[in-house]
Amino acid sequence: MKVIKIDKAQWTKGLDALREGYRLYGPVKEKEIACFRELADGQTPDSEIKNTRLSPKSLVFPQSEAMMAYSLDKNDDEQGICKEVPKDYSPRAVLGIRPCDAKAMVLVRMNFDNGDYRDPYWLNLYEATTFVGMACDNPCSTCFCTTAGCGPYHEEGLDLLLSDQGDHYLAKVLSDKGQALAQKAGWTTEADGQPMESGKATAEGKITAAVETDRLRALDTLALHGADFWEDISFSCINCGTCTFVCPTCWCFDIQDEVYGKKGVRMRNWDSCMFPIFTVHTTGHNPRDTKLQRLRQRFMHKLKYFVDKYDKGIMCVGCGRCVQQCPVNIDIRKVSHAMNSLDAENFCAVQGK
Amino acid sequence: MENPYLPYPVRIDDIIVESEDRSLKTFKFVFLNPEDEKKFAYSAGQFAELSIAGKGEIPIGIASSPVEKGFIKFTVNKAGLVTSHLHNMTVGDIMGVRGPLGNSYPWKQLEGKNVLIVGGGFAFTTLRSSIIYMLDPANRSKFGDITVVYGARSPGMLLYKDELVEWEKRDDINMHITVDGTDDPDWKYNVGFVPPITEQKAPQGDADSYAIVCGPPIMIKFTQPVLEKLGYDHDHIILSLENRMKCGIGMCGRCGIGRELVCKDGPVFTLNQINQTPREY
Repeated sequence: MKVIKIDKAQWTKGLDALREGYRLYGPVKEKEIACFRELADGQTPDSEIKNTRLSPKSLVFPQSEAMMAYSLDKNDDEQGICKEVPKDYSPRAVLGIRPCDAKAMVLVRMNFDNGDYRDPYWLNLYEATTFVGMACDNPCSTCFCTTAGCGPYHEEGLDLLLSDQGDHYLAKVLSDKGQALAQKAGWTTEADGQPMESGKATAEGKITAAVETDRLRALDTLALHGADFWEDISFSCINCGTCTFVCPTCWCFDIQDEVYGKKGVRMRNWDSCMFPIFTVHTTGHNPRDTKLQRLRQRFMHKLKYFVDKYDKGIMCVGCGRCVQQCPVNIDIRKVSHAMNSLDAENFCAVQGK
Repeated sequence: MENPYLPYPVRIDDIIVESEDRSLKTFKFVFLNPEDEKKFAYSAGQFAELSIAGKGEIPIGIASSPVEKGFIKFTVNKAGLVTSHLHNMTVGDIMGVRGPLGNSYPWKQLEGKNVLIVGGGFAFTTLRSSIIYMLDPANRSKFGDITVVYGARSPGMLLYKDELVEWEKRDDINMHITVDGTDDPDWKYNVGFVPPITEQKAPQGDADSYAIVCGPPIMIKFTQPVLEKLGYDHDHIILSLENRMKCGIGMCGRCGIGRELVCKDGPVFTLNQINQTPREY
């Protein structure tokens, strides 16, 4: 695969050239908090940032988004009829997304392009975006991507992968979209890709934290569901939903109508399986009424249901945000250990319940 | 790209008050654009999202039958924000319908088989759709014996009373209507809960028989052992589930029962399938 050398002196100039064809996004610090934002003229992505506080999922899946609009004016011929709203799906590029966050979008895509239906909002933004990744040579202590089907130089979901080599970047071209972007930026100097290979090995060696997943697929769903460790794990959970909001692979959403005078919009907003109203029926009956049930749903979905449904590994890329930001220190690595080491002898006893 | 969230505009063509307490009304809708009716090709057992601009959407089983053309019907219980608003709407009002959604009863599999239908309360809607479908002259010969056990709290709470009376008169469907109780001296049908009436009236299950069960959880709970006793296997007992839904197309995440999504993989499951889920419904 083609590797390009980009002198850092050429970096800003390249970004300026890109601005003519793309809206640019990247990691920046806003009031001390690392986040993904549209880059203003002259602004460059902050290469010091490791993990942003929130994942970049909002780039293709905004936290709140108008899906359609309608008139409630009785004199309007089209009163009460939902109409699509205009959207900007012009080309955009994300510069400096971490490989885990890009892989997460590949997993989430399976939900929004599910074989029977295609979600136009998510897919249109995803297709309009070129993903330029930045390899992680200095991973966080909470990163566990190498055991989560990902890695610091993972290429899935990326169009270009950059590696910081001091005075220059090496960029591996991974798709036609990536090639087109490099061309547009004027980055054309081909180079030897060997330093990326050694960089990859070094970076992977720095990641020591791990999730345990090898037995998950074979384990019985109902045995896992009925396991007694959920009581312990969920004891401290306050159902704040932080884990779901910071997670790059959590996609659950709500649909709500909002009305202003005689006009209204149907919105979609991020939702969370940690919240009781996520599942409550109109009758008041709630299939996941307790925090134990809700916490269990989240981990079972990521580490068992998703694994069984798609056979593409777990619904987690090892970014470690939930581990860093959970206010009560619930740790998916420990949960995966508990699930993965469920005693085979427990099966029958639990299933009989 | 087709937008699966965009409802088809419909006009309310008729509203029928079904129950004596006025909590149940049947809404008949006509598509504003005739081509939308073609796109809304459905099978009995599917549902749709009824969409009211400014209020939201609700997933409701389709009560009309694929053999009825020119309109679609839904029977709606007044319960929450959207349904309460819908109950106050009038003939001629414009709203939306999104669907058809979910799977249906397994019609191919049911061909050549005896079908027992057990329904309770207002969960009779997709069962009505099924009965109309099976009784259609073009379809009746495809099925064996058809038996229906349908119960409500009182005679005034039974849905589709005119049709029930008509079906009672026919000899190609065995009707067993029941009510929990009544002080009407002229009541000429059964009195008793659905499970014991099923036990008394329903035919034995065998390899050529399927039971379709829709009703409140308590009815399903006590009907299951009755059907087992009658000899219906768990993969011959067919249920339609409900859960809170938003998207209806398998994306928003809330209606999952384990790996299965009630909206897209269901709402129709065999008891055998449900037994393998955590039953979070």
